[in-house]
Amino acid sequence: MTENERKIRAEQRERFDFAVIAGWIPPGERVLDLGCGDGRLLRYLSETRDVTGYGVEIDRESVLRCIRNGVDVIQMDIECGLSGFEDHSFDHVIISQALQTMRATERILCEMLRVAGEAVVSFPNFAYLTNRVAIADGHMPVSEDLPYDWFDTPNVRFFTIADFENLCEKLGIEVRERLAFDDHGREVDQDPNLNGSLAFYRLGRKA
Amino acid sequence: MSSENSVGVVAPQRARFYDPLLLRSGAEMPGFELVFETYGQLNRARSNAVLVCHALSGSHHVAGRYADDVDNVGWWDNLVGPGKPLDIKKFFVVGVNNLGGCYGSTGPLSINPATGKRYGADFPLVTVEDWVAAQGRLADHLGVETWAAVIGGSLGGMQALEWSLQFPERVRHAMVIASAPKLSAQNIAFNEVARQAILSDPDFHAGYYADHGVVPTRGLRLARMVGHITYLSDAQMAEKFGRQLRHGEHKFSYDVDFEIESYLRYQGNKFASFFDANTYLMTTKALDYFDPAYEFDGNLAAALARARASFFVASFSTDWRFSPARSREIVFALLHNRLRVVYAEIESTAGHDSFLLDDDHYHALLRAYLENIAV
Repeated sequence: MTENERKIRAEQRERFDFAVIAGWIPPGERVLDLGCGDGRLLRYLSETRDVTGYGVEIDRESVLRCIRNGVDVIQMDIECGLSGFEDHSFDHVIISQALQTMRATERILCEMLRVAGEAVVSFPNFAYLTNRVAIADGHMPVSEDLPYDWFDTPNVRFFTIADFENLCEKLGIEVRERLAFDDHGREVDQDPNLNGSLAFYRLGRKA
Repeated sequence: MSSENSVGVVAPQRARFYDPLLLRSGAEMPGFELVFETYGQLNRARSNAVLVCHALSGSHHVAGRYADDVDNVGWWDNLVGPGKPLDIKKFFVVGVNNLGGCYGSTGPLSINPATGKRYGADFPLVTVEDWVAAQGRLADHLGVETWAAVIGGSLGGMQALEWSLQFPERVRHAMVIASAPKLSAQNIAFNEVARQAILSDPDFHAGYYADHGVVPTRGLRLARMVGHITYLSDAQMAEKFGRQLRHGEHKFSYDVDFEIESYLRYQGNKFASFFDANTYLMTTKALDYFDPAYEFDGNLAAALARARASFFVASFSTDWRFSPARSREIVFALLHNRLRVVYAEIESTAGHDSFLLDDDHYHALLRAYLENIAV
């Protein structure tokens, strides 16, 4: 792949990810996007779903890009929780491919379901087939959804669909919907923990 | 200073307001003058005006220089100019000396029409709310119905916040930098030390020093020294001065031994040579009293429910006078009211003074936000 093809591919995948998330966000909602990067998901959601909301981001360059993009961003460290955000003050809290970059996984999940009735989470599934092949071959995987070499990855937590669902169970979090896709963006039905490269969850509190 | 991107030579203007202004204290200003400067042109739609509010020691002289005093560069000149973050090719920028100030607006040094003498201690205490009310008169005078933005740092940020509450429909963007929704007990304590320094100076004469032809220089000097300590960070002081000795050895006297002492004395002397003690006292009280939540049982979110503006809030990591936590209080109160806000917590070594400095990232944030303001 040329650099340009790679870029186009990445943009296509991103639009695809955004579309999956947008499918779970009713129009006009108020959303909070954790680890919002340059705010492009929020911008997409405001353009396609007419949402209002805020991004939360720690990286200063990303904060600057959010402001340039006209996205309301709050610079703070989510690792310290979401204190200051009021209970049930959002319809949805989203964390799109950022949970694996944070250490306080349990706290963040619980906080998300404190400030919103529902959470949307997406993450790369470490148990995806090609990742397993890489490990079996003796190497940390580098793939479409885990695109970093082990020595410069921003990811600090490596987990699988099975692991994530175990944690949800432990935390009393209800999995309301799950979608998994392979690295061609095809939806996976059979054995998602093996065949899914990217997982999307709609989560709530158990009644 | 480079003359590139400077607004160039500027001249202050004056406006006289004849209608009495009822102050928060219950006192009344029968009429008053404000001195101000403008940079750039008000557009035909009158939609590009930005008010810059000054902090404790600032003035209407925000940018540029005076023809007869070229070294007197505006206090936020690094922000305001053609091509600068607050770009006067786009915006019509207004700086004003607040009511009660000592740079030409009606204040304690003005002649009290009732007595024919300088007001001195008879000048009523004015608050942040009163300043904003007076600034509102100036906006009327300039034909500005709605500010594109009101911006300020520290005490200036409080005025930007107050604008969004007192005149919700008259400000589209409030830019509140290195500020706080109210002072902490520690903040008030520092102000009280500063005030006591002035009040206990034998030359203070209960505020009527002008009648005695003297100035409470020692008190002002001390007040400024205390203030300066709180504007800098411990780390920056350590870096800038450390334990450097003035004379290379311990002198075993009360003259300057350490460089930091020399710096504080210099800052104190400089300030005492031009700033009015009554204005200083009054301004510290304005700071102490500012608390929009006061009339809402301490509930800041309820206090900010009136606001309609979009907000830019920024704080600096080493600012311990108005720490990032204080800015976050504002941010979360705005969130409660579902108001638009961006909040940046800027890494800085320079403490509270950071908001005046020309930091690349800080200015990039301001530029990005200001560029997106439609005019």
